[in-house]
This record gives sequence, structure tokens and C-alpha cells, in this order.
Amino acid sequence: MYGFEALTFNIHGGYLEAIVRGHRSGLLTASDYNNLCQCETLDDIKMHLSATEYGPYLQNGEIPFPFRLPIQFNLSFPLVLFDLAVSVIKLQFWQRGAIGVAHEFILLSPEEPSPLHTTTVVEKCTLKLVDEYKHMLCQATEPLSTFLEYITYGYMIDNVVLIVTGTLHERDVQELLEKCHPLGMFDSIATLAVAQNMRELYRLVLVDTPLAPYFSECITSEDLDDMNIEIMRNTLYKAYLEDFYNFCQKLGGATAEIMSDLLAFEADRRAVNITINSIGTELTRDDRRKLYSNFGLLYPYGHEELAISEDIDQVRAVMEKYPPYQSIFAKISYGESQMLDKAFYEEEVKRLCLAFEQQMFVHCKRPGPCLKKLNCDTSFHYAVFFAYMRLREQEIRNLMWISECVAQNQKSRIHDSVVFIF
Amino acid sequence: TYVPSPPDREVSRAPTQIRPRLPLLARTGTLRFVFSEGIAAMSSSWSRALTQISPYTFASIGIAISIGVSVLGAAWGIYITGSSLIGAAIKAPRITSKNLISVIFCEAVAIYGVIVAIILQTKLESVPSSMIYNPESLRAGYAIFASGIIVGFANLMCGLCVGIIGSSCALSDAQNSTLFVKILVIEIFGSALGLFGVIVGIIMSSQATWPAKTA
Repeated sequence: MYGFEALTFNIHGGYLEAIVRGHRSGLLTASDYNNLCQCETLDDIKMHLSATEYGPYLQNGEIPFPFRLPIQFNLSFPLVLFDLAVSVIKLQFWQRGAIGVAHEFILLSPEEPSPLHTTTVVEKCTLKLVDEYKHMLCQATEPLSTFLEYITYGYMIDNVVLIVTGTLHERDVQELLEKCHPLGMFDSIATLAVAQNMRELYRLVLVDTPLAPYFSECITSEDLDDMNIEIMRNTLYKAYLEDFYNFCQKLGGATAEIMSDLLAFEADRRAVNITINSIGTELTRDDRRKLYSNFGLLYPYGHEELAISEDIDQVRAVMEKYPPYQSIFAKISYGESQMLDKAFYEEEVKRLCLAFEQQMFVHCKRPGPCLKKLNCDTSFHYAVFFAYMRLREQEIRNLMWISECVAQNQKSRIHDSVVFIF
Repeated sequence: TYVPSPPDREVSRAPTQIRPRLPLLARTGTLRFVFSEGIAAMSSSWSRALTQISPYTFASIGIAISIGVSVLGAAWGIYITGSSLIGAAIKAPRITSKNLISVIFCEAVAIYGVIVAIILQTKLESVPSSMIYNPESLRAGYAIFASGIIVGFANLMCGLCVGIIGSSCALSDAQNSTLFVKILVIEIFGSALGLFGVIVGIIMSSQATWPAKTA
């Protein structure tokens, strides 16, 4: 029954929900971002971040025990990962008796000073997110554990595409593995470099991963080239979003309501991005339509119109029929698409914060002025976990942008792309 | 048709017969008894079955419900509050001591149930077997039963209410400590619900006077 989750949710999910709300209170605020934007060098940034929750992760040397919990995993690492030139990490973890923490980032040993690059800052911050995620995953029971795993499938898809693309361009496998997102790692990821076409890719590697069911539309014997890889990425992501959506609908209750709203926004945003990116390429209209997801505000009539759009102004005309997206497109003037990304990110952050808080947008299925806000349960649902992961991701994007601007001395452009969360 | 013989009672006639029940009048000698039994005997067999259940059954079930369901409510509320409190206290350890108040409010609900159960069981008195189905006895039995149900279910809902509010109180106190006192006021209103149940239950149980031993 919708509305009575409060009676039984806390049996399995109460502790973790309280933890994730505690983590949310540690997100950087507007005043933190203001301090960071005024830094002159990366060392300043590191100093400011040390005062926030990222402090223990940015220190040189070992991260003290309470902050890096030894987390048990039953992964069996393929040996290739041990050949990585980061044996320092493994020694440190084996000393502390942690078993199988699955990340490949470089931890600095106690004796070295820190050569601070922007990538180091971002890596450490991502490491914190990974730790928090894994701690929650350890403590979760069904169906929350399945829900948390669903959140990482998107990263898995990105990692797969990264390695395949990199192999195509003759990059070294180890280097590619280091660039992968840690939340999307799985056991046999290194063997992706061996595959020549999609069928082999599936048969060798992906059939054992959770991504296997998403490949039914993708298995062709065509060779992998850039265009096909992008199509593959989008097809996989479409199948993943639909699968996630159906899973949330099965969960029912407040989770289904709020997650369907968030996932619908994600699906619509991807549809718009696919449309804009494929304008002027050789992607046919039918192919484009096949890449749109089967749910969301734009389904099915908006997709019909988007599939035939040929430039940004036509896209804008389509989107302005839908009130929630009209406000996004109102922020960017005609003919300009650079700010569209930022506008979408801002809208996403707004909705994610609402998932934690009082209200949720409910949209009518037909275009027109019928937007209404619905007071729904603020607690006792799983969407807080999803929202937290996405907000953290946005924060890491912000930090990366700020570090890059500071490192390249282009501080005037800092505010182009930083999205404040609070 | 077979009609089961009730304990300590004459065999009743079939319900369709509408006749003055002179044989019973002769044996028991009280007019009130005849009228109540007569009406029940004329109606369907379900209502007759209900009036033939001993009032002590109803009274004992009432006492059981008052303590059992109250404790269910208290326990439910405590686990709802407790799990959120523990999780939230990891990031904000300062909230632990203040938020134990929510747990105490839930516990109070169980104590109400115990008190009322003790009061109710002192109301149980023996009556001679000829007077068990006296209207007075039936009334006393039903009064204790009703009192038990009132207290039990009021405390169940009160425990749930305080538990859910306590969980939200812990989560919001962890984020913003000025909210604690305000949410505590909501909890106090919630715990008043259990008190209402106890008051009405005690008033009901004071009605439970069994007939005097001399007929």
C-alpha cells in the first residue's frame, strides 16, 4: 500500500537511510564553493577541502582507520590487476588486513610528498564516494542491495565503452584500467581489450556480467568502430534505464513514484542529447528513434517529433511543449547549446534534492499548464540512495571543473559550469 | 434438528417456536432471565451462540488484548525509532542522549497496557454458576472486554505514531539541532492518544460490576 511504508521500512532500511542522510549533510555548500572558487593554486584547494569531509582522504600517506573501513568482498581479482605498478596500495591494504577492496587509484605512500594534479584531487574524492557506497552495499539486504547495484550498472557501461574505444585507438590496457570508474569495475574487465567485434565482446566477457540482458539488441558481427561503439553505448544505456525503471515499479510505493520521476528525467535528457549530438551525422531517423527509452515524459509523441528534428531550434520547439522542460530551454537563448548541459544539470540537482525533501513534481502526460507539486513521504524510500550518489557525482564534477580552471588559470570561466547543490 | 445443550441450562427449543417459556420460568424463578433468554432464543443461532459464550471468556480475552497489543505497539514504535536513531548518530553523535526521549514515549505506551491489565484483572469476580448468564454478568464481561480492546488498540496506534515521529525527529535533529524541540511537541501530542485510550478504558472497567452473590 502506498503511504504505509513507514510501518515496515525501518526493519531493513532504517539504519542505511539514516546513514545516507548523514552523508548528505556532508555535501559541499555554497559557501564552500565560494571559498574554492577564490583559490589561486591547487594547494589552496587542497587546504580548503581538508577542512571539509574530504580531509582524511586528501592527506598524504595512509588514510586513518576510522575513515577507510576494511570492507570484505568476495571478488577474485584476475592476476593482471596485480601487475599494476601500484603495488604500494596493495601492500598498505594487506598490512591492514583489508580483503579485496576493489579500486585501482593511486594512494601516495607516506614518504612521498604530494605532486598535486587535478586528477589526484578528483581521484581521492571519488575514492570517498566509492567507500561510502561499498559500506552501504555491505550492510544492505534485498531488495535494497539490488537497488544499489543497479545504480552502478551505468558506470559499468561507461567502463566497457572506455576500454573498447581505447583498445581501438591502440592504448595500453593498464592505462585504460586506471581510468575506469571504480564503481563500475567487474572481474573480467581487462579481457575486453581482446574482443574484435560485438559478438565476441558478448561471448567472451559480458555474458557473465549483470549487463548481459542488455545486449540482446546489440549483438552483431560488425566490427567495432567509433560510430558503432556510440550506438552500442546508447543502446545499452537505454536497456539499462528501462530495466531499472521496471525494477522500481515492481518495488512499488514511494520508491516507485519518486524513482520514476528521476529516471524519466534522465531518459528525456538522454533523448535530447542524442538528438543534438546526432544532428548532421549519418545516423538515420529510425536508428535515432531506436535509441530513445520507452518511458518518460517525451514518450511516445515527443520522441516522434525529436526523431525528425534537424537542428537545435526544432529541438527547442519540441521541448517547449512540455512545461518542465520549457523552463530549461528558456534559460538559453536561441541558437546556443553550450549552456544546455549546465541547465540540465541544474534541473537534475533540483529534483534530486527534492527526493530528499518535501515535495516531488508530478507531471501530467499531456503537454499544457498542469504541473503540480505533490507532498509525498519524505522518508522511507530508496530514492534517497540514488539521489545521494548522483549528487555526489555532481559535486565531483564541480570539483574537477574548479581544479581545472584554477590549474589553467582561467578563473573567469569557473562559474560557467559549477552547479551549486545547496 | 440437533440443538447443543448449553452448560447449566435447560435444553432450549428450536428458534422458530414462539411460545412462552413456562418451564424455564418455573425452574429459575427470575423474570429478567426469561426475557433476555427468550429474545435470544427467538433470533438466529449466531446471536444465541454469542450470548452463550461465558462472560469470563470475553473478560479474559480483553485483558490479554490490553497488554498484548499495547506491547506490540510499543515494540513496533521502538524499532522504528531505534534503527533511524542509530544510523543518524554515526555522523552526529550528539543526538543520542536527547533522542532517547522518543524511545521513552514508546515505552510509556507499554506501561499503560500493563497498568490497565492489572486493573482489569482485579475486576474479575466469581459468580455462582446459576448467574453466569445473568444480564449483569454479561454486562460486566463485555465491559472488561471492551476496556481491553480500547486500551490495546489505542496504544498500538499511539506506539506506531510516536515511533514514526521519533524516527523523523532523529534524522532532522542530526541535520539541524534547532528542530528537535519542535518535533518533540508533535510527539507529545501523539503520546496523548495512548492516554485517551487508558482513560476511557478505566472508565469502562469501572462499569464492570458482577451481580451480587445472593440472587
